[in-house]
Amino acid sequence: MQTDKINPAPAIELIDICKSFGPVQANRGVTLRVEAGTIHGIVGENGAGKSTLMNILYGLYQADSGEMHVAGEQVSLRSSADAISLGIGMVHQHFMLVSNMTVLENVMLGSEGGSLLRAGKCETLNTLQQLADDYGMEVDPDAVIADLPVGIRQRVEIIKAIKGGARILILDEPTGVLTPGEADKLFEVLKALKHNGVTVLLITHKLDEIMAITDAVSVMRHGEVVGHRHTVQTSPAELARLMVGRDVLLSVDRGQASPGEVLLGVTGLACTSSRGRQVLSDISFDVRAGEIFGIAGVSGNGQTELLEVIAGMRKFEQGSVSLLGETITASAPKTPAQIRDMRIAHIPEDRHQFGLILSFDAKGNAILGYHRSADYGSGYFLDEAAVAAHCNKLMSDHDVRPGNPALLARNFSGGNQQKLVIARETDTDPKILIVGQPTRGVDVGAIEFIHKQLLALRDAGCAILLVSAELDEIIGLSDRIMVMNGGRQMGILDSADAGRDRLGTMMAGIAQAVPS
Amino acid sequence: MTPAPPLPRWADIFVLPLINLMVALAVCGLIVLALGENPIVAIQVMIKGAFIYPGSLGYTLYYTTNFIFTGLAVAVAAQAMMFNIGGEGQAYIGGLGAGLVALWLAPMAPLVLVIPVAVMAAALFGAVWGLIPGYLQAYRGSHIVITTIMFNFIASAIMVWLLAGALMQPGQQSPHTAQFVVSGQMPKLHDMLNALSFNVAASPLNLSFLLALAALLGFWILIWKTRIGYEIRAVGQNPKAAHYAGINVPLVIVFALGVSGACAGLMATNEILGVQHRVVLNFTSGYGFAGIAIALMGRNHPIGIFFASLLFGALYQGGAELDFEFQSITREIVLLIQGMIVLFSGALAYMFSAPLARLLARLPVRSKPAEGEA
Repeated sequence: MQTDKINPAPAIELIDICKSFGPVQANRGVTLRVEAGTIHGIVGENGAGKSTLMNILYGLYQADSGEMHVAGEQVSLRSSADAISLGIGMVHQHFMLVSNMTVLENVMLGSEGGSLLRAGKCETLNTLQQLADDYGMEVDPDAVIADLPVGIRQRVEIIKAIKGGARILILDEPTGVLTPGEADKLFEVLKALKHNGVTVLLITHKLDEIMAITDAVSVMRHGEVVGHRHTVQTSPAELARLMVGRDVLLSVDRGQASPGEVLLGVTGLACTSSRGRQVLSDISFDVRAGEIFGIAGVSGNGQTELLEVIAGMRKFEQGSVSLLGETITASAPKTPAQIRDMRIAHIPEDRHQFGLILSFDAKGNAILGYHRSADYGSGYFLDEAAVAAHCNKLMSDHDVRPGNPALLARNFSGGNQQKLVIARETDTDPKILIVGQPTRGVDVGAIEFIHKQLLALRDAGCAILLVSAELDEIIGLSDRIMVMNGGRQMGILDSADAGRDRLGTMMAGIAQAVPS
Repeated sequence: MTPAPPLPRWADIFVLPLINLMVALAVCGLIVLALGENPIVAIQVMIKGAFIYPGSLGYTLYYTTNFIFTGLAVAVAAQAMMFNIGGEGQAYIGGLGAGLVALWLAPMAPLVLVIPVAVMAAALFGAVWGLIPGYLQAYRGSHIVITTIMFNFIASAIMVWLLAGALMQPGQQSPHTAQFVVSGQMPKLHDMLNALSFNVAASPLNLSFLLALAALLGFWILIWKTRIGYEIRAVGQNPKAAHYAGINVPLVIVFALGVSGACAGLMATNEILGVQHRVVLNFTSGYGFAGIAIALMGRNHPIGIFFASLLFGALYQGGAELDFEFQSITREIVLLIQGMIVLFSGALAYMFSAPLARLLARLPVRSKPAEGEA
């Protein structure tokens, strides 16, 4: 009641919000109170209803029932324009920027101020300068978005929202694409915003971020809010328990590896992109049976291309890749199908673009890449019963929910989509597994499950090549770690020698460790 | 703008096309009214002319056959997200294949041999005319829309050159081939039925209609029951994931375009082997382009394509009757009416999608508070 006296009207108050999509209840009686001028975290597993709730708050969906108050007044939002006029801004997980325009042009989009751009440009330039002074959000107004790193693009998104007069800023998984350094800068900006009276709603999976920056946190599970906490009075373990509904192991318990023979070897690999940029140069390493070889690095430093080369999806110019003793060179390439036939599985970095066909149902996705196998049909025909049975088996073995093979892939939560991909790729008992970002956008409960699966595969003698932007994941799972920067390898470390700081400086391209 | 909620599948397949058709008919009714005729009478004439007068159903189904083949030509490629506008040219070249076989093989072989070979030739020639743009798209990056349009012109030029030259009937001045002998003519259904002592009025409807129905079934099996169909859909829905899955994306695109071309080519079996009995200039007369509207209206699904084709067939046949019955409704007005249907069902196919979706989404919400109070 004391806080009520200081801030009589909370920035946002949601009372008993319900929203259904057909038979699925995405939000069930959600009640949420966000005090003005605070950073409020919302955590929950994928599919817990966080995004639905935020989309209701931003006017993209209409609640079936319930009340919404903004700054003490009851409101009814019919569109995002209504939300913006109420001072609510949103930074989406996927940026809404015109990538071939400059920062200035993007920021002034929608407020050009007349048929000639000159006046609007001047005004926007002043605004940009103002924001840089107030919040430390410096950006080069003339830089083209496509040339900017992700962290700066996100900053442009925030500037767009703030410039529009937003007093309430919703950020959906803002650090998913950022390096640790970029995330720290984002948090500084958020704190500066808070000091200027902006209310920040932060949706995230990452409990350490909640602990580091928020004032209060609400936990969602199965469409309901299951707890509100003041951040200082809670712990990551408690939040994780609330999210998942049971105790969760936050760190992996990794046994000693017993590496065997070399199954995957890369020697002097070099590769240029279709635009002629050198994306990989002189990469050499070995991965042995029964070990996890991690590749650390900021996203976009050649890890994606390296995985694609090994999976046969990308042509390369120099060097060779040796898979189970067979050598692949630029002049003797193999197709992705041939490589998969060698029992080499690939969990791609981006499940939406590569790992799944979102408009196919789960059973269609359960055989993607294996649809030519004799297990799923005879001759030219697919055996639908066999495919459905296989999908059912994958779903029950790997706890994919809901366990409905006929549900479209797009209707699963991110964690369950990822579990389906991992189930498909690991079910064949692969000899080599190539994994990219296994837990990106995946909730805590599923992360634990996925990490255990990867370790079990390792212990069964599989050679695992792991790429992840999550440094903790790399450190926690890998037996040896290679750091990449600018398409080059900065060195290979035993994970025992690899601390966060050492890896961080190598990721930044500064320290060159002696290869072990 | 608030994005509309997704439209339920049943509404997309059944309700939306029906609304489009009704709106198109309403607009046509206004046109007929403006011409001083009674739209109700006009539509009665059309329905009688398309289905009820003796032989009219046969004519309707004969037109339907053409539309099924050209609709499939668009639909197969569309499953791989390729926009095949080349149905016209593929059908035209398919007619060349059917015609060459009928001209050269028919005088020395029986019907049971000539017709299957001619049908295969029509499909093969059409397929080649689809494969080339498919290859150019898949391996050379030439946009399929551009190349298939250009291939329509190339087909047209080749056919004029041949029909006014090497293939022209000797001693004739009009650009068509000699007539096929009887063993090169697709049997008419009314002849066959009358032979079985049914009493059926004469019409151009021939065995190609059954071939079209078989093609619809084949399309369904190919796309939804086979491994290659799975690959076609995968390439269409997400080419990156298809590449990741080891599917040879360019090859699948070429294959889909080949099958598309073959479907278009089969249209010639109806028109050339079944009715004209000679290769004539411009026998495709726009059926290939109508196939785009058919596939769109039929939602690239065999049942949808059948009903869309039947509708267009009925419009062609009933429209001719309209022209015959009314002084003020000329051939041009009939074309205008057909154009309206194409406009609303094809080009504007999704105009009512968002309003309909909002309407449907609102219905269950209204019942919600009542449930809550109970």
